[in-house]
Amino acid sequence: MQFLQLVISGIAQGCIYGLIALGFVLIYKATETVNFAQGDLMMLGGFFGLSCMVVLGMPFWVAFLATLAVAMLFGMLMERALLRPLLGQPAFTVVMLTIGIGYLARGMVTMIPGWGTETHTLPVPYKDEVLRVVIGSGDPLILSTEHMVIIAVTAFLIAILFLFFRYTKLGIAMQATSQNQLAAFYMGIPVRRINMLVWGISAAVSACAGLLLAPITFVHVNMGYIGLKAFPAAVVGGFGSIPGALVGGLIIGIVESLAGFYLPEGFKDIAAYILVLVMLVILPNGLFGDKMRKKV
Amino acid sequence: MSDTDVPILQLNNVESSYGPVKAIRGVSLSVKAGSIVTVLGSNGAGKSTILKTISGIIDPRKGSVLYRGQAIQKLDPARIVKLGIVQVPEGREIFPFLTVNENLLMGAYTRPAADKAALANDLEMVFNYFPILRERARQPAGQLSGGQQQMLAISRALLAKPSIILLDEPSLGLSPKLTREIFEIIVRINREHGVTLLVVEQNAMVALKYSDYGYVLEVGRIVMEDACAALLEKEDIKEFYLGMKDSGVRGTRRWKKKKNWR
Ligand SMILES: Nc1ncnc2c1ncn2[C@@H]1O[C@H](COP(=O)(O)OP(=O)(O)OP(=O)(O)O)[C@@H](O)[C@H]1O
Ligand SMILES: [Mg+2]
Repeated sequence: MQFLQLVISGIAQGCIYGLIALGFVLIYKATETVNFAQGDLMMLGGFFGLSCMVVLGMPFWVAFLATLAVAMLFGMLMERALLRPLLGQPAFTVVMLTIGIGYLARGMVTMIPGWGTETHTLPVPYKDEVLRVVIGSGDPLILSTEHMVIIAVTAFLIAILFLFFRYTKLGIAMQATSQNQLAAFYMGIPVRRINMLVWGISAAVSACAGLLLAPITFVHVNMGYIGLKAFPAAVVGGFGSIPGALVGGLIIGIVESLAGFYLPEGFKDIAAYILVLVMLVILPNGLFGDKMRKKV
Repeated sequence: MSDTDVPILQLNNVESSYGPVKAIRGVSLSVKAGSIVTVLGSNGAGKSTILKTISGIIDPRKGSVLYRGQAIQKLDPARIVKLGIVQVPEGREIFPFLTVNENLLMGAYTRPAADKAALANDLEMVFNYFPILRERARQPAGQLSGGQQQMLAISRALLAKPSIILLDEPSLGLSPKLTREIFEIIVRINREHGVTLLVVEQNAMVALKYSDYGYVLEVGRIVMEDACAALLEKEDIKEFYLGMKDSGVRGTRRWKKKKNWR
């Protein structure tokens, strides 16, 4: 039971890593740049959702949807205003810009007095509830609702994204653009608008991760540093693969959870990085790196 | 002037460059609606640059590109496809991880969604031209052979329902037999659907055989133009593009002279 419980909480944590990794991968595949502000977009999502609920008094689910919509617009605006003018510049320039955007986001939030410097609790309706599942005659399995919500919402979001990329004309055009941008231009696909949309989706996915994580870790200005764990997730999965990002996230979440319990103090925080090192030696392309390369 | 007299596509003194490198220097050419026109030239002559300029992938420094008399040189690529000009780029440029069917669907990207019945019709048409694509419809396009990818690239362009197709070296990497087959289908597309074709080629023999009118491009300039039948008779063409030299001495001299033009 103990073990199963650890695995489930690892999966929940892994979903968060997976979602942020997914955000990285979407942008990486579309534009070949790495967005280091991904974690900070998550933090902004957390604060925005918190403001919607606490200041504007919206119910949780309304605030949730509003946050996703605003994050999507924000991501698109960011692409249009900051990244598109840098088109054709070396990748390094773009990476520096995203790092700058991250600092800026944290700085701005800190400047909001009594709000940005505090640690807040997101008043979700399912806070601190547990589910008891009795299996056989043993102890009941105790599952926290927060974890269950994370897993369910992530699964739902992934299913939607999968159907979108697989079956809609726009989704297929996004795949096409990431596989061969020049050919997409030749087919009359509006490549720049498509890339803008990718930034929007990526930001919305990150904000979603922020809202899901908030009941567990609270909303604070540095919550985006969890993005540093999403990197190993993307690498383990094979940078550039969407299923890989999710599986990588889950693996890291589970390993961390188990390491935190069974291994000596301190191992929890480095488990992800040890895993990446081992992974890079054994399978340099990651789990899905070879076959699934360049598939949105 | 009646409608048929206005060339479907016209380039006037077009100059394009990549940074400081001038790739074409004042190219003028004209394509009659319903015809097959070829532009011949060796490596680096600027053939692909001409087509990229027409498609709006690069903007010309000088000159104008007219489509049915209307200037299009400042439009973006998506607008130009919508107008009815679509390109089959050099090296096919398919989407390797999409299926053959999805590749074809992307060819029809600019068409309105309501066009479903017409789209199904057009799919049937390209499958009739290239039956192998029907067999491979659900396979990733990257698994097709080079020749099959060329067929896919041509079909994908057809699905945009263009008035004019720009073909960049369709013979690249194909066997002589397959090259002839592809050109025969190109001629059928032209005759059966009235699609105009501008074909850029190094393989002068085949291109001249199947086209109506030809231009010869050298180092970014048009140096010769005529009906293809007439071009086939010209000495320079025979020597430099068809590899038929009469005498060694004269050939060498002519070659030197050609070098001096650069
Ligand atoms: N992306 C580029 N950047 C810089 N120069 C380029 C670029 N593409 C082409 N050029 C230059 O422009 C000139 C014309 O190139 P272009 O590709 O149009 O030739 P081409 O006739 O299509 O040749 P090929 O038969 O080899 O395809 C060449 O001198 C080439 O070096
Ligand atoms: Mg070329």
